Amino acid sequence: MSVHTFSSGLPPARRSGIRRMMARDSLFRRVDWLLLLAAGGLTVLGCLLVWSATWTRTDINEGDPHFFLIRHALNAAIGIALAVGVMWLGHQRLRSAVPVFYGFSIVLLLLVFTPLGTEINGQRAWLSIAGYTVQPGEFAKVAVILGMATVLAAQVDAGDRDHPAGRPVLQALGLAALPLAIVVVDDMGMAMVIGMIVLGVLLASGATIFWTFGLMAAGAAGAVLVWTLGVLDEYQINRFAAFANPELDPAGAGYNTNQARIAIGSGGLTGTGLFQGSQTTGQFVPEQQTDFIFTVAGEELGFVGGAGIILLIAVLLWRALRIARGATDLYSTIIAAGLVAWLAFQSFENIGMALGIMPVAGIPLPFVSYGGTAMMASWIAIGLLESIRMKRTLSA
Amino acid sequence: MSNIPETGRTSRVTIRLVVLQILVFSLLLTLAGRLWYLQIRQGDEFAAEAAGNHVQNVIQPAVRGAILDARGVPLADNETRLVVSADRTDLLRMPDDGEQVLTDLAGLLEMDPEEVRNRVRLCDSETPQPCWNGSPYQPIPITDEATVQQALQIWERPESYPGIVAQPTAVRRYPAPYGAHTAQVLGYLSPVTDEEVAESQQTDSPLQRYDQIGRSGLERTYDEYLRGGAGIDRLEVDKFGRVIGEAEGVEAEAGANLVTSIDSRIQAVVEHELLQAMKQARQAHDDISGRNYEADSGAAIVMESHTGRIVAMASYPDYDPNVWVGGISAKEYQRLTGEEANDPLLNRAIQGQSPAGSTFKVVTSSGAVRAGYDFDGNYECSSSYSIGNTTFKNFESRGYGPISLGKALEVSCNTVFYRLAHAEWQKDGGINPGENPNDWLFDTAHGFGLGSETGIDLPSEAAGRVPDRAWKREYWETNKDAWCELGKEEGDDFAHRYARESCEDGWRLRAGDAVNFSIGQGDLLVTPIQMASVYSAINNGGTLYRPTVGKAIVDVNGNVVEEFEPVENGKLPIEKGTVSDLQGALRDVIEVGTASWRFIGWPQDEIPLSAKTGTATTEGKQSRSWLTTFSEDYTVVMTIDQAGTGSGASGPAVRNIYEAIYGVDEQGAIHPELALLPEPPAELPRTDDNGTMAAEFDKEWEQHFAAYKKEHQENYEGAAIVPAGDGEDGDGAGDFQAGAEAGTGDGTGEVLAGAAFEADRRREGTGGDG
Repeated sequence: MSVHTFSSGLPPARRSGIRRMMARDSLFRRVDWLLLLAAGGLTVLGCLLVWSATWTRTDINEGDPHFFLIRHALNAAIGIALAVGVMWLGHQRLRSAVPVFYGFSIVLLLLVFTPLGTEINGQRAWLSIAGYTVQPGEFAKVAVILGMATVLAAQVDAGDRDHPAGRPVLQALGLAALPLAIVVVDDMGMAMVIGMIVLGVLLASGATIFWTFGLMAAGAAGAVLVWTLGVLDEYQINRFAAFANPELDPAGAGYNTNQARIAIGSGGLTGTGLFQGSQTTGQFVPEQQTDFIFTVAGEELGFVGGAGIILLIAVLLWRALRIARGATDLYSTIIAAGLVAWLAFQSFENIGMALGIMPVAGIPLPFVSYGGTAMMASWIAIGLLESIRMKRTLSA
Repeated sequence: MSNIPETGRTSRVTIRLVVLQILVFSLLLTLAGRLWYLQIRQGDEFAAEAAGNHVQNVIQPAVRGAILDARGVPLADNETRLVVSADRTDLLRMPDDGEQVLTDLAGLLEMDPEEVRNRVRLCDSETPQPCWNGSPYQPIPITDEATVQQALQIWERPESYPGIVAQPTAVRRYPAPYGAHTAQVLGYLSPVTDEEVAESQQTDSPLQRYDQIGRSGLERTYDEYLRGGAGIDRLEVDKFGRVIGEAEGVEAEAGANLVTSIDSRIQAVVEHELLQAMKQARQAHDDISGRNYEADSGAAIVMESHTGRIVAMASYPDYDPNVWVGGISAKEYQRLTGEEANDPLLNRAIQGQSPAGSTFKVVTSSGAVRAGYDFDGNYECSSSYSIGNTTFKNFESRGYGPISLGKALEVSCNTVFYRLAHAEWQKDGGINPGENPNDWLFDTAHGFGLGSETGIDLPSEAAGRVPDRAWKREYWETNKDAWCELGKEEGDDFAHRYARESCEDGWRLRAGDAVNFSIGQGDLLVTPIQMASVYSAINNGGTLYRPTVGKAIVDVNGNVVEEFEPVENGKLPIEKGTVSDLQGALRDVIEVGTASWRFIGWPQDEIPLSAKTGTATTEGKQSRSWLTTFSEDYTVVMTIDQAGTGSGASGPAVRNIYEAIYGVDEQGAIHPELALLPEPPAELPRTDDNGTMAAEFDKEWEQHFAAYKKEHQENYEGAAIVPAGDGEDGDGAGDFQAGAEAGTGDGTGEVLAGAAFEADRRREGTGGDG
């Protein structure tokens, strides 16, 4: 990245270059470095944790202890490249491409139900393309945010109104409802995340608070309906039951939650050290490189490591919220707030289920969990946030 | 915030964003708080849980210590057998849960596939035996009788038998040296129950689910010494049970050896002689019952008179202790416990309770002396003695005129003791006793250790019963309701009359009770070990020793961990002079008295023996033979139920035992080289540098004994039937029970504490129809 060419080995002759770089409107000053640092820190930690969780897993790493590490780092690199691309294009320039991006995401989501779709752990949320598995839901999250922002901000940014009217709100809700309807049965985690994104977006859009509360009521009613109609699969119900009482069936549905808590609890203050966790090596916690990656941090890095991850996430969200507050138009504000709602809820749900305070749902920890699509989507979010920040500073 | 420029946002959006910010950070704070709670507040608990999560304990059973005889010859030890076991975790990883492997294995071992599968399944409340009760990580034994060929198949074709191991393993074995079973004394092992495991966790030697523990005999009493400490291999496993490492474990600690005072050669002789005497008795005709003697059970004890140590202890019927090895089958167990088996598990030497008959007269004599009667005084030995309208007859109605107590013992005169007992009963107030009756006879019985356990180091010893006033009252309290009930019914037979009478004042000690007691009859119950203790005390000058089988605990390195010194239970409540008087009288029993006809030609000057014969009767059964004897160092007691008189049924057997101990031949010549144990061994068996105890197995004698047994058997089989009651002893079975007061049972069946004993059971059940 350009950042590195600027900062590495600067000869005295380039002084004027440095001055230019440090100028108020320079690209260097316009980038939110704390945001990048937080996202980068989480990504590096993620590499280490994925490595530690998989180096003994000869059953899935094809005999190469670095198999997952290499692939994870590659995913991160692609993600960072995408972020740079988004920054270069700028979110405003992408505004016109939003309908295309949105439509493409919906098509991908629907493809899951074709023979291209793959079922993993009871969830049909993956596409298998040329040997790679893609989780289209991750892109759909970004698409929903961008789509809703476009519709909600149109009149306000044009100066016609100072907050979105009922019609665009309904349109925006429609944009969210489509992917929600597609995934709700097979990917409960995804559905929950979209729900939270919608709430965050509506809140930040300045639309009447009636919409937010109304939507929450509708969501609650919908949950009751889904439950009573028996749309949920048994495994989904079991996960909730196990969340309510893990001791109920410690070998069955409550097993994951119990073992996750044991792994984290046994870490203590400083943990066992990377690659030293016996719970991790013993594979007592399932899906440790993906959904339960936080248990590896908890066991091997202890409270220091676990709290460090939470702190990095807090820094990331703090910077993102600052960017939302500083955005020059509603379109940008909504995007930033939507990204915050997405990343915040997803982090909370993921760490919360590892800590046993949230029900188990297949949701990755942004930047940390193994998974290419999720990693790319997360870095695209960073690219969008940086783009908003650069635009604001530029226009200031 | 100063660098944030003005934007086009409305204030509403700003407020909304602040709300979002608060929401987001409270969520993150919740996570941090929860993380702190799990890792810092409760971290230790989870660490402990995690430790248990991934370490599996695999028990390495300790080799159980051996039980050795006084010369180091093993009575119980371990043999190496090829045990084939299955690893459940390996089997379950196969697509068919190991079905095919188990079926193949069953074929190889020539076992029923169904049974092999059943052995491997885990026990739960709904699974019938056989099933595996131990840890699923423990290899589950399928057979301990694999041949080398079968084991080789498993070793050489591991790919055909995945999850199956064959390895040499120590298995308990009872070698029965010289053919001596020593069955009930050794006892047996069986797997622990879950409750026992749970209970033992707080003790110094917690049990493992894999353990076998002693259930009876020495195996039980000395279990903690013999068991040793199981080792634990601590294997780190992953969630699939695959071993990923090994944590520091605990080495198995072999159990210590128990050296006993048993001399397996004498034990073999005693078992042989007891059985032969029983067989012999079955050929004799009983004039009273009109059929041959049943001789269905018996016991014999050889004890060191000056220490209480048991040299031999036999009980018939017995069994081969090796039936327990490798787990007893249901069929075998049924055979041991079934009706026909007649309780071979019972050690009648310590659990068999019956009246003592005339062997009790040493107690009566002692009581009389304590009450002030002169041992050498003159007491009328008439042919019968009447109390009210009941006549108590002497054996074969024979009278001797006025004789001393010593002479009364020698000829076993009943009427002398009837008279004494009746006079004492009257002195104590008769049917209406005073405040504190002397009860010299009952008191002396207690003083001789009767009515209480001797404390022998074998479990479930019976206490016997001294039917004194306290017992009579207690017995009446328990039974009066039933008696009164029965008394109300129509009927004029003995049971009804007895019930009617007992309902009112069954607690009273009647003249008949006192008189019967004086000759060791009535409600008195003794065990053979109590009689051995009593006669040892008379022999050694008056000390009652606690009988012991265990002599020392020796660890695997040959170090003596603990040596059990003789323990005194107390002193006989009589003067030294009286002891001497009794000794003289008992010696006369051998020389001129009731046992003399069995000891003709015995080298009495070189090896003086003393004895008392007894013939005890129990309603509804044939006479029980009692013979209590002692030499300078040993007390030998033999009793055979339903076999006739003391000297008649047991005499030759007891003499043969002495002949073996002292090396005396049938003509009475002494051969010191043939003497097995002319003196009790002073030392423990030697141990060599490795800690191995030198087993002085007597090969030469083994051959001698084999030849003797063969000859002996032929002799017996060819021998003329010995006329029963040819001896002069005997208590006149049936003679004295005519009186109403002699009856005992009430038909309700009293349940005695301790082991049930057949004599007692039948006794309580007959109702005494007089």
